[in-house]
Amino acid sequence: MIWVNAIVQGILLGGFYALLACGLSLMFGVMRIINLAHGDIAVVGAYLVWLLATQLNISPFLAALLVIPGMWVVGYALYVLLLERSRRAGLLVPLLTTFGLAIVIENVLLQIFSPDVHSLLSSTGTLATASVQIGSGLSISALGTLIFATAVVVLTALQLFLSRTNAGRQMRATAEDPDAAELIGINARAVYAKATAIAVATAALGGVFLAIRSTFDPSTGPTQLIFAFEAVVIGGFGSAWGTLLGGIVLGVAQVIGEQVNPQYAVLFGHIVFLLVLASPRGGILARRGREQ
Amino acid sequence: MSLLEVRAVDAQYGLLKAVRGVTLSIDEGETRALIGANGAGKTTLLRTIAGAHRPAAGSIVFDGKDITGVPAHRRVALGIALVPEGRRLFPGLTVEENLSIAGAHKRGGGWTVERVLDAFPMLRARRTQRAATLSGGEQQATAIGRALMCNPRLLLLDEVSLGLAPVAVASVYDSLKTLITGGTTVVIVEQDLGRALGVATRVTCMLHGQVVLEGAAKDLTREQVTAAYFGTQRASGVGTS
Repeated sequence: MIWVNAIVQGILLGGFYALLACGLSLMFGVMRIINLAHGDIAVVGAYLVWLLATQLNISPFLAALLVIPGMWVVGYALYVLLLERSRRAGLLVPLLTTFGLAIVIENVLLQIFSPDVHSLLSSTGTLATASVQIGSGLSISALGTLIFATAVVVLTALQLFLSRTNAGRQMRATAEDPDAAELIGINARAVYAKATAIAVATAALGGVFLAIRSTFDPSTGPTQLIFAFEAVVIGGFGSAWGTLLGGIVLGVAQVIGEQVNPQYAVLFGHIVFLLVLASPRGGILARRGREQ
Repeated sequence: MSLLEVRAVDAQYGLLKAVRGVTLSIDEGETRALIGANGAGKTTLLRTIAGAHRPAAGSIVFDGKDITGVPAHRRVALGIALVPEGRRLFPGLTVEENLSIAGAHKRGGGWTVERVLDAFPMLRARRTQRAATLSGGEQQATAIGRALMCNPRLLLLDEVSLGLAPVAVASVYDSLKTLITGGTTVVIVEQDLGRALGVATRVTCMLHGQVVLEGAAKDLTREQVTAAYFGTQRASGVGTS
């Protein structure tokens, strides 16, 4: 029963990682940018929600409804003002730009909010502690279920957007050949900006759940980036379902590791990630990266 | 008044000048064949007209409006569509998706996925297939259909017969003839002189990035064109009107 519980908890945790990871996967899939500031952007979302919730004394979920559209706009501006220029300078420059952006965000957060650790856990009322007990060793928390369900909804929406809507198809077309897309009337720059906006908004949503399920401080971002990155690599770049699967594999590995020894949680996740990288499938992903 | 005017356009890749001082004007409803050897600058000229390549000098006027600084996607909205060399379909998208995303600019003019499938019946069975799995002829038909979905006033076709089986070339040209008689202004780049002279009303011949011969298709002899093509009789036949 301990192991069943571990797997169930791992799946729920995986939903959280998938939510953090889907924006990272989208940006790489659409414009070949690996956004190293992704985790820090999530933490910015967490701080904004925390700020609104504590200052206005409102529920963090209500605050998130205000913050996420705002982060959408921030994402759009981020592409137009910063990433567009660096993308034109080659593949490596956006990597450096987002690395710099990560450092700037971390230090700005440190300046404004000090290194104090915060959490939204206490302001969510009973949700934080509510759970359903099944049998003796298995308990499913309301919060974990909510996060997992949100992740499934977001990833399904993203998948449907890309496959069923005209804007989504245009995004896929631009990802495959931006030059040809321009020639049939698609504004590639606007498509890239939209993809960045989606990525930043979903990162902020991930950040809100990060703040609710655990604690955060200005230096939390990079760890979240690594987990998101691992989920994306395990699941395969540029696929929404792959990202969900990758998140779940990572989550299950971490919880099983934790079960073996509480110190092994993160280690087990890294080992699974490295195994996937070393597997033939990891090799295929690497080849696809080289072609483009 | 002419639909398109290219005025003293220079276009280059780095230090290599591909197009040098080209001036030409195309009237509404005409079919212009642009011919010349490999490296004569035809593709670059078409890409410059479509906005995919920025000219180093000169200007491009479409329908009386200077569009030299207008990006490619907005030129599509104005009515210029290019079928690029090598087709450049989106391989991961289905035929229908390739067509429908190009219909996003509702310019009016009535091209729909259904009409394209009527014009290229061979695509009907391939509708839900990924573009990567099509034969060369089917891909070319999809590429032309995709450009038509933009409802162009000016259709630029680059090397539509390149790499196709002769039977596929014939069927693509059959479909093109229907379009041309429908009144769309067409500029066609073609290696095959016979085909080019067969569909065109006027012919422009380029050599080393410059226009060396221009005239009505019926007035030009094959010898004149061949001479201009290979540059054996430079500029002697230039007839401007």
